[in-house]
Amino acid sequence: MLILTCPNCGLTAEESELAPGGEAHLKRFGPGSEDADFEGYLFQRANPKGVHFERWRHAYGCGKWFLAARCTVTLEVFGTYPAQTTEPPTEIVNKIKAKRPDWSLS
Amino acid sequence: MSTRLGTGGRLIDRTHKLNFSFNGKRLKGFAGDTLAAALMAENQMLVGRSFKYHRPRGIVAAGAEEPNALMNMGRGAKFEPNQRATTTELCEGLTAASQNHWPSLEYDIGALNQYAARVLPAGFYYKTFIHPRPFWKHVFEPIIRQSAGLGQAPKDRDSDRYEHFHADVDVLIIGGGVAGLQSAVIAGRAGARVLLLEQTAHWGGRAPVDGVEVDGQAADIWINNTVQALEAMPNVRLRARCMGAGVYDHGSVLAYERLTDHAPQTDAPRHRLWKIRAHQIITATGAIERPLSFAGNDIPGVMLAAAIRDYVVNYAVSPGDRTVIVTNNDDAYRTAIALHHAGLMVPCIVDARPTATGALPEQARALGIPVKTGTAIAKVKGGKRVTGVALCQQAGEGSVTEEIACDAVGMSGGWSPVVHLWSHCGGKLNWEDQGQFFRPDPARAPISHDGNAFVSAVGSADGHMLTQAVFDSAAAIGTEIATRLGRKVATEPVNVTGPQEQPLVPVWVMPQGAPVEARSKMWLDFQNDVKVSDVQLAAREGYESVEHTKRYTTLGMATDQGKLSNINGLAILANELNARIPEVGTTTFRPPYTPISMGAIAGEARGDIFQPLRRTPLHDWHEDHGAHWEPVGHWRRPYCFPRGEETHAQAVAREIKATRTSLGLLDASTLGKIVVKGPDAGRFMDMLYTNMMSTLQPGKCRYGLMCSENGFLMDDGVVARIDEDTFLCHTTTGGADRIHAHMEDWLQCEWWDWKVFTANITEQWAQIAVVGPNARKLLQKLGGGMDLSASALPFMGWAEGKIGDFDARVFRISFSGELSFEVAVPASQGRAFWDALHAAGAEFNATPYGTEALHVMRAEKGFIMIGDETDGTVIPQDLGLGWAISKKKDDYLGKRAQERAHMIDPARWKLVGLETLDGSVLPDGCYAVAEGVNANGQRNTQGRVTSTYHSPTLSKGIAIGLVLHGPDRMGEIIEFNKVDGGVIRTRIVSPVFYDPEGEKQNV
Ligand SMILES: [Zn+2]
Repeated sequence: MLILTCPNCGLTAEESELAPGGEAHLKRFGPGSEDADFEGYLFQRANPKGVHFERWRHAYGCGKWFLAARCTVTLEVFGTYPAQTTEPPTEIVNKIKAKRPDWSLS
Repeated sequence: MSTRLGTGGRLIDRTHKLNFSFNGKRLKGFAGDTLAAALMAENQMLVGRSFKYHRPRGIVAAGAEEPNALMNMGRGAKFEPNQRATTTELCEGLTAASQNHWPSLEYDIGALNQYAARVLPAGFYYKTFIHPRPFWKHVFEPIIRQSAGLGQAPKDRDSDRYEHFHADVDVLIIGGGVAGLQSAVIAGRAGARVLLLEQTAHWGGRAPVDGVEVDGQAADIWINNTVQALEAMPNVRLRARCMGAGVYDHGSVLAYERLTDHAPQTDAPRHRLWKIRAHQIITATGAIERPLSFAGNDIPGVMLAAAIRDYVVNYAVSPGDRTVIVTNNDDAYRTAIALHHAGLMVPCIVDARPTATGALPEQARALGIPVKTGTAIAKVKGGKRVTGVALCQQAGEGSVTEEIACDAVGMSGGWSPVVHLWSHCGGKLNWEDQGQFFRPDPARAPISHDGNAFVSAVGSADGHMLTQAVFDSAAAIGTEIATRLGRKVATEPVNVTGPQEQPLVPVWVMPQGAPVEARSKMWLDFQNDVKVSDVQLAAREGYESVEHTKRYTTLGMATDQGKLSNINGLAILANELNARIPEVGTTTFRPPYTPISMGAIAGEARGDIFQPLRRTPLHDWHEDHGAHWEPVGHWRRPYCFPRGEETHAQAVAREIKATRTSLGLLDASTLGKIVVKGPDAGRFMDMLYTNMMSTLQPGKCRYGLMCSENGFLMDDGVVARIDEDTFLCHTTTGGADRIHAHMEDWLQCEWWDWKVFTANITEQWAQIAVVGPNARKLLQKLGGGMDLSASALPFMGWAEGKIGDFDARVFRISFSGELSFEVAVPASQGRAFWDALHAAGAEFNATPYGTEALHVMRAEKGFIMIGDETDGTVIPQDLGLGWAISKKKDDYLGKRAQERAHMIDPARWKLVGLETLDGSVLPDGCYAVAEGVNANGQRNTQGRVTSTYHSPTLSKGIAIGLVLHGPDRMGEIIEFNKVDGGVIRTRIVSPVFYDPEGEKQNV
């Protein structure tokens, strides 16, 4: 059972307080978009073995969504940050690079 | 025979006798006994039958690793199968019964299986499943069903209580042997919050049995002093009878405490499941002795050498008068010495090693015990009990050199660290040649959220088999953990005196060149009947992966999870594959360490508090008036209100008739109510709903559809515009929380710069539908001054004001097709309002109706119901709801998906009404058949029923469903199949069966 720190209320929360929301930083494709773009947005997920950016909601706490950078293999959490971003903050990226020199944000 | 010794027994109280029964036989033991010890003291070595061949099985071990002594325990509401006799503390009146035999333990017909061993080889199930189906059904299945399973399933409801506990600690130490105690002392003195768990009732582990001296005193004294010191520390908690069951992500641990199994008369919960969050975990879980593989090693009386020592020293129980010890290491000599000191006969020690010159072998020789090196057991003699052993050279093929009479055999193939808890959450292992075992690799420990290791192993769990090394490792790890937690540590060295030991020599098969007849009598997994020859066969048949071999042979898949068989099986497999053991690798260690009770998992969540119940303000009224309840989400809603001898169907028909002819009252409080408010609320509503909501005028209502981004219809309901900035969204009863979360997701994560708030106010309001031709009259009778006339409050309008003394929001919406007012009042006024409606409504025969009447009336009107007409694959366009999809909007959730090729395919199943030609009711969920068959030879289909009822209004069956090109096929007759064969001829009609012009609701 993971523990993640909610950046909104600052609480270090048990996984049982949280609801998962899949991959973070998806770009929405709406009406008028190409089939391939829409399919990618709706169905194609990175599912990496390693660093992953993911959505979580502090569902049984403050109710706010936030994002987490986490290693899917070791379960190390590099950081959590507010959901109101379109890409991982530099601070988080640097933290990951310090620990995973071979990793890069693709 | 096995018996109680006249003196000794460090854990038993001879002044306190206990009565118990085994298979109905009345027996006696002492307080402090385990059930296994007490059975052996009464010469009951035969305790069960093996799973596959029903071979006689005796007690092998003295702890959690026991594979054989599984019992049906207790009676009636306290019955529980598969309980280990070795971990069951004896208590007054205990009843136990052996398992897996018929008609009796002594005479078992299933034992014939062993003579059929050739037709039940390794991979029996794999091979059998390949056979044609009739062969399986008529030959194998009856045999397997007869013999499947070990214990019986309980029949009565469990009468015990269980509970959950939550704890947060700095250091969790699992295992209360000397390693765990020493680690706890260091972490405790450093000020850390420590929880120390021990699965048995006793602290100190093996050290006292092994005769270790700590700081010049018997181990017992050091243990007692240490436990007292720990108990005096306010920051340390100790829990005996509490097993670390599983280690999970980020230091989450499940522990299983057996509170009253040893004292069942106590009024306390039986088991307690601990949910622990530990910053650091120390596994001090010890080691388990390995059996040796020689022919007949499963005959009752063959035991682990250290277990024999446990029974002699702890319980003063002798496993036999003459015990032969067979070993490949020095440790087993301790058993021979302990037996000798207890006055028992050890005819010889059979040591497979070429020489044995360590301190313990020399001590044994000095006591006059013959030591036969380079020797092996060729065969154990006996059936239900050992009668002797035949010896041979270990290096040879088994030519018997001599036979020795004995009634017990103590075997030791070395020790394996208990690495389960280390491994549960990803800790990796290294192979150690010296002791021939896997041990934790601290460089590849389980990783916590901060990227640091959170599990450390100490003592023999880390491969330190000598007691001094155990203390040293505990001190080192304890210090390291305390330092990791930023604490200062002061350690005092602990000095242990004990003999040094010479290294073991790996012996995986005894003798080395044993022929196949012998290898097919060498058991690896006692419970699942897996033999050396089975693993060898699996390897020859190409099962090279250890995980495949495990499943093919069922090695290690029994309830003991291979605690004894794991390394021995790997060694056989590795040898057969010409690989080293670490190259073959281990199978996965999965929690729980030993089985835990289902009751403990459920905890308090049973009966009335299994799940919280949501109650509307009118719940008690419904209960008082005989409501037949229907669960809807976490709510209970009245399905109908039967009167007197009425059936449910009669009640539903009466409620519908009353509503359609005069007046019905429905508790609609469970409907979701979500406020969407803010300057951008209109823009947000246009994205959420397929309809154009931003143009809705204050004072008006609109029926709206909500789709997922996949385009599928997920919820529907009436939206009321409260004011320019405020919308009130009604959702389905089960949908409020889900839809609210859906709104928040989009607001927070996609359109976070939009100025909108949402609030789920479902429970703030009681909502009552006042329905029927007399609905207006009733509300007008209550007074309050609101103008409820058709001109002032037309259909799909809403108004706020007073009804009588009640603060009301009145919505003119209808889900029944009748004149209908849905009146919302603050929840606190709900019951009084409901009572007032009934009082004033008596003259109109005001009739409360339930969900079934609601469903039938909406189906009569062809209104869809989320979850009936929708199933996550249905789009609004399928349901004839195209009118509710705005063509003017550039975007809404689901719009792009509804443009995909599959969604605009004209060949989709679409909503129609269905009428059987004979007026009967179509079965729920049945399919319309079409010509031809599909690739699987099944009849093609062209539609399905989504809602089907008897309509009391129309006195016939009505249904709605989805049919291929349905709306273009009005009047056509198609066939729906019945489960019991045959078809029902059915006409496609309009889905609106009742009042198609809507004249009744619009008055
Ligand atoms: Zn929060």
